[in-house]
Amino acid sequence: MSPVRPSFIALAGLAGAVAALGATFVDAGLRSAAAGPGLAARGALAARLELTDLALFTEARYTRNPSQADLHAAFQDHPFAFEHFPTGSLVAPAAAKRGRP
Amino acid sequence: MTAGWISRQRHLLDFALSSLGRRRGKNLGLLAVYTLVVFVLASVMLFSHAIRHEARLVLKDSPEVVVQKLVAGRHDLIPAGHLEAIRGVRGVRAAEGRLWGYLFDPAAAANYTLMVPRDQPPAPGTALIGSGVAAVRDAAPGDTLSFRAHDGQLVQFTVAGTLERDSALVSADLFLVSEADFRRLFGVPEGRFTDIVASVRNPREIRTVAEKIDAALPDTRIILRDEILRTYDSVFDWREGMLLVLLSGAILAFGIFAWEKASGLSAEERREIGILKAVGWETSDVIRLKTLEGMVISLTAFLAGYVLGYLHVFHFGAPLFEPVLKGWAVLYPDFRLTPFVDELQVATLFFFTVFPYTVATVVPIWRAATVDPDQVMR
Repeated sequence: MSPVRPSFIALAGLAGAVAALGATFVDAGLRSAAAGPGLAARGALAARLELTDLALFTEARYTRNPSQADLHAAFQDHPFAFEHFPTGSLVAPAAAKRGRP
Repeated sequence: MTAGWISRQRHLLDFALSSLGRRRGKNLGLLAVYTLVVFVLASVMLFSHAIRHEARLVLKDSPEVVVQKLVAGRHDLIPAGHLEAIRGVRGVRAAEGRLWGYLFDPAAAANYTLMVPRDQPPAPGTALIGSGVAAVRDAAPGDTLSFRAHDGQLVQFTVAGTLERDSALVSADLFLVSEADFRRLFGVPEGRFTDIVASVRNPREIRTVAEKIDAALPDTRIILRDEILRTYDSVFDWREGMLLVLLSGAILAFGIFAWEKASGLSAEERREIGILKAVGWETSDVIRLKTLEGMVISLTAFLAGYVLGYLHVFHFGAPLFEPVLKGWAVLYPDFRLTPFVDELQVATLFFFTVFPYTVATVVPIWRAATVDPDQVMR
């Protein structure tokens, strides 16, 4: 029996990897379809409670609700103040505040 | 003809693989670093896109217009009189006051968002809590939680229920109470609200209505739904940008390394090309062989890096980004992102990771392959 050629192994590996790439799209499609009701429920809760922001950054008031924060957040103490909350240094001034006095 | 062509390509691939195998350590090292770079780039890209998309979907019905009162540049409580003024603006369908604020709980060292729902508020003395609050206080329905009010007295709440864990992305830190309890806790007098939310009859007139409110109430700041939605685009554009800036040093170092590896031929490789030419290989065959070598490396790195990035973000909850997202927050929503994948982004990632490396391998090979074999081997 002739030994397996390296190209066979490489092509089989490539086919496997392309299949895995395709599987990520299938997985994304299936999971986002399955998540539809959950997303709708989250949206309905946000609408019922009149929420304006995600509860992602809870450490300070201007990171909890970036869309509602003071005009000078994230530089809460004075403009160009050094940020001591890690989130503050990563959250950009909200779009609502840029270009407005 | 087709069978012959396939057989020829397979032989070339066999040869390319054995050629790569001769410099196994070097190539495996390159492949590992290459895969890591694609993995990080793919993770950042997938995460930012999915969370932006989710924020847009979840907040699509957020208040159309929020009106805040400003005093000396700071957000202040808004009087009920403003409500009447806003309701009187042409185009406004309804306007209601919102009561919400933040409460630092020393027992958990966490910040909660206290809120009074206008629709089905909890009974006085009870509270509905988010899953994050329940977790940090180890609280269940029927438990009692107490906080110091503005005047130092204790206010007790019996947990009436918890909000669904599935909604943690918007509700993890919520603490829903009745209007009487909210005013008692913070000392907010009757006739004052945190802000006002208004809805508009014709969605196309939101901006005009906002301008009218602004003109009628000059001491206010108006935030539109569109701006709320764009906030999350900008927050994650910024975060994605910051991560990429932090990574840019590593990406550049990899770029130089890959360029050096791909474009600078070693003496051994030159000899190899010379021998191939001497035994009768065409220049085009040599270029095809070396392109195949480059493609094997770059394609493997792209596919492995992307698939690993996808698993990292959507199946393992992006543990590498968690510290960046959490910051110093004690209370953090436990959520799994819904995998929204933008095919164009994946195509862009493919183009910018596979294409440059493959091209970088071809140019020096072409140069070496076009000179006399005798000169190359010398």
